[in-house]
Amino acid sequence: MLERLGLMPAQASTMAFQVDLLYGFLIAVTAFFSLLIAAGVIGFSIKYRRRSEHDRTPHIHGSNLLEVVWTVIPLAITMVMFFWGAHIFVTLKRPPDDALQVNVVGKQWMWKLQHLEGRREINQLHVPVGRPVKLTLTSEDVIHSFYVPAFRIKQDAVPGRYTTTWFEATKVGEYHLFCAEYCGTVHSGMIGKVVVMDPADYQAWLAGESTSAAAAAPADGGSGSLVASGKALYEKHGCITCHQAGSVLGPPLAGVPGSTVALQDGNSVTADDEYLRESILNPQAKVVKGFAPVMPTFKGQMSEEQILQLIAYIKSLGGDTAAAHGKTGS
Amino acid sequence: MTSTNYLNADYGIWSWLLTKDHKRIGILYLISITFMFLLGGLFALMVRLELLTPAGDLLTADTYNKMFTMHGIVMVFFFLIPSIPAVLGNFCIPLMIGARDLAFPRLNLASWYIFMAGAVFTLYAIFTGGVDTGWTFYTPYSTAAANTKVIPAAVGIFINGFSSILTGLNFIVTIHRMRAPGLTWFRLPLFVWAHYATSIIFILGTPVIAITILLVAAERALQFGIFDPTLGGDPVLFQHLFWFYSHPAVYIMILPSMGVISEVITCFSRKVIFGYGFVAISSLAIAILGFLVWGHHLFLSGQSVYASLIFSVLSFLVAIPSAVKVFNWTATLYRGSISFNAPMIYALGFIGLFTIGGLTGLFLATLGFDVHVHDTYFVVAHFHYIMVGGALMGYLGGIHYWWPKISGRMYPEWPARIGAAIVFVGFNLTFFPQFIAGYLGMPRRYHMYPPEFQVLNVMSTAGATILGVGYLLPLTYLLWSLRYGKVAPANPWGATGLEWQTPSPPPTENFPVTPTVTEEAYAYAHRAEPEYV
Repeated sequence: MLERLGLMPAQASTMAFQVDLLYGFLIAVTAFFSLLIAAGVIGFSIKYRRRSEHDRTPHIHGSNLLEVVWTVIPLAITMVMFFWGAHIFVTLKRPPDDALQVNVVGKQWMWKLQHLEGRREINQLHVPVGRPVKLTLTSEDVIHSFYVPAFRIKQDAVPGRYTTTWFEATKVGEYHLFCAEYCGTVHSGMIGKVVVMDPADYQAWLAGESTSAAAAAPADGGSGSLVASGKALYEKHGCITCHQAGSVLGPPLAGVPGSTVALQDGNSVTADDEYLRESILNPQAKVVKGFAPVMPTFKGQMSEEQILQLIAYIKSLGGDTAAAHGKTGS
Repeated sequence: MTSTNYLNADYGIWSWLLTKDHKRIGILYLISITFMFLLGGLFALMVRLELLTPAGDLLTADTYNKMFTMHGIVMVFFFLIPSIPAVLGNFCIPLMIGARDLAFPRLNLASWYIFMAGAVFTLYAIFTGGVDTGWTFYTPYSTAAANTKVIPAAVGIFINGFSSILTGLNFIVTIHRMRAPGLTWFRLPLFVWAHYATSIIFILGTPVIAITILLVAAERALQFGIFDPTLGGDPVLFQHLFWFYSHPAVYIMILPSMGVISEVITCFSRKVIFGYGFVAISSLAIAILGFLVWGHHLFLSGQSVYASLIFSVLSFLVAIPSAVKVFNWTATLYRGSISFNAPMIYALGFIGLFTIGGLTGLFLATLGFDVHVHDTYFVVAHFHYIMVGGALMGYLGGIHYWWPKISGRMYPEWPARIGAAIVFVGFNLTFFPQFIAGYLGMPRRYHMYPPEFQVLNVMSTAGATILGVGYLLPLTYLLWSLRYGKVAPANPWGATGLEWQTPSPPPTENFPVTPTVTEEAYAYAHRAEPEYV
C-alpha cells in the first residue's frame, strides 16, 4: 500500500522487506519520541503560559531519577537499532556461495558490467529472479556508488580496490540503477536499469548475444566467458613463462586464490581478489616467500575489466591448494 | 542612547577596523557572515529552482554542480561554523562572565582578519569560475578529475580554519581565567559551557581539516600521490581525514545553538534549568564522543566491517547526551511562567526540529538502513534539520534575544513572532519531503532526476521560497529597529545573566565595577520582576 501511495520504493529483493521492517521500527521510535516531546512542549506551553507578570515559579533543580530514566531507556532502544542494523549489514557483506558473479566497473559516466559467462552490458544489469548475484565493483577514475533502491543495496566503487555486495531479486521487472556518489558533470546521468528476468529468459538472454557483444568489444579481452577472456590475457602477457609449475621465477598460481600465502618479509596474506590485483599492478608490494622480486608491473597494460578477467581465470585454475602452497612456501 | 557605550564611544571606519573590543568584533563578524549567508542562500535558491523540474533545464550540469558545492562551502565554513561563536559568543561571553574583554583582544581582531582573508580566497574561487567538488572535496575527484577552482577554494578554507582555532583558544583561556569573583564553573551560564565544549573541538579538530585540505591542494598542484590511487595514494584516506574534522564540525554548529536554547528557555519560562549538571556535562560528552564517530560516513566506502560496527555503536552513544538535553529543556518548562516572545518561539521550534534531526540521525547510524539511504536526499534532509533547523534556529533565536543588548533597541515583537513561525513552517515544507524522496531512492547532488520525484521536489522548492521570506523578514525589521525600534532597557526580559546587569548597549569596558556572583545560574524563582518597556 505504501508503495502504491508513492511513500515506499518497490520491494524487489530478499533484503528489501527486511530493511523496510527495520525502517518501520525506526519510524515508530521516532514518532513516539517526537510526539512525547511535542506533547511536553505544547502541553506545558499551554498549561503554564504566563498569566500575569507576578507569576511565581518553583525552584526545581532536577531529578537524578528522571536523568537515569531518560538516559537508560534511549540507550537501550538505540542498542536494539544497532544490533538489528548490524545484522542486516553483516548479511550484506557475506554473499552466498552459489551466487552468480558479475563484475562492475564504474567510469565517468557509465557502468560497465560483465557476467561470469562473458556477456557484457553498459548501464544495464540483467539478472535472474530468485538467484543470489554477487557484484565485485571497482572504478577506473573517481569514486562512484552502485545503487538499486528497489533492492535496498548500495556500494561504493572505489578506484584501486575491490568492494563487493550481493542481492537476490524477488520480482521480475525493471528497476532504477543510480550512481549515488557524486562523480562530476554527468553524475545524474550515470543511471541505468536492472532487469530482473525469469531464469529461462535469463539463460536465453545470456546465450543470445554474447558473441555479438564480444565481437563489439574484442579489444577488451576476446570472446567468451570471463575465464576464457582471462586465459587469453594470461597467454598474451606471457604469465605462464614464470608462473608454470616448478618455475623458480614465480609461484605457480593454481590453488592460490583464497589460500594463505607466506611472504618474503615474514608476514602472510590471504590471497583475495584485492591481493591478486595488487600483485599484478604492483608486484613488489608483497613478494611471495622464496621468490625474488623480479616480476614487472602490468600497470597501464590492462584495463580494470581485463584485470577482473585475469583474476577469474586464475581462480578457475583450481588445483591442489596444499601442493601449490608447499611450493610457494619452499 | 545618550550615555557613552561601545557603539558611540568612537566613530569612523578605523575605530571599527582596528577595534579590540570584543563587542565590536562580534558586529564585524555579524556583518560578514550575514553577507555570506545571503550568498549561500542565493546558491540554494538556484539549486531549488533547477530541481522544480526533472529535466536539467535551468542550469547546465556543471553550473548546477557548482551551485550546490558553493552553497555547501559558503554555508558550512563561512556561515554556520563562525555564526554563533564568532558573533554571539564573542559579544556575550565576556559580558556573561563579568569580564572586560576576551583574554586576547588583539588575537580576537586577528581572527576576524584571518576569516576575511579566507573568505577573499574562497570568493575569488567562486567568482572566477567556481568549484564543483561538493563541499566534501572527495578524492580522487577533487585532486585528479575536477577542472574547477579547487585550489583557491581549498586555500580559503585552510586560512579560515585558523580563525576558528584562535577564537577557540581565546574562549578557553577567557573562560578559565577571567570569570568574575564567585562565578564558579557550575554557576556558569550553559551558553558558556556550550562554547567551552565548542572551543575544544575548534582547537583539536580544525588543524586536521586544514592539513587535509592543504594535502588536496598539494596533490592537485604537485602530484603528491596521497589520495589518488593512480599515484599510489588511497582515496578513502581522504574521507577518514575529512570526516575526522567535519563530523565534529557538526557539533561546532549545534553546541553553541544548544547553549542559546538553554538561556532562552529558562528566561522565557522563568525557571531554573532542569538538571543543570547534566545539560552542562552533556556538552562536553558530545564534544568528546563527537570525535569518535567519523567512520559512520564511510560505511559504504570499503571500510572494514568491524570498523563500521564500532563506528555505528559509537554514533548511537553520541545521540544520548543530545537526547538528555532535549528532555531537560522540556522538563524546564514544567510549572514555568511561559511567555512567547520571538526568541522563545525560535527555541521551541528548535526543540521540535532538532528532535526530528537527531532521531533521523539514528536511522543513518543503523548500518543496514544506512546502506539504502546513504548519499540520498534522506541524508540531505537529516543534516538540514540539524544545521538549519537546529543551528540556524538557535542563531536567530539568540540574535533576537540579545538584540536589545547588542543594538540598544528593541526589535518589533509581532513581525518577529510571525517571522519565526514562517521560518518553522517553511523549513518543514522544504526539508520534510526530502526524507521521503531519499527513502524512495533519490540520490543527492542530482542535476536531473526521474519524474516520479517531482511532486516532492516542487513541495521542497515551495517551502524554500517561504523559508526565504522568513529569513528576509528579520533582516528587514532588525535593520529598521536600529533607527525606529524602542530604546531597550538594560534587562528587557527580566533575565538573570550578568550581561543584563549592564546597560544596553554596554559601555566599552562592559562593567563599571567588576560584578560579584553570589548565586547559581537561572535563579529565576528568587527574582524581582523584570523591568519592562
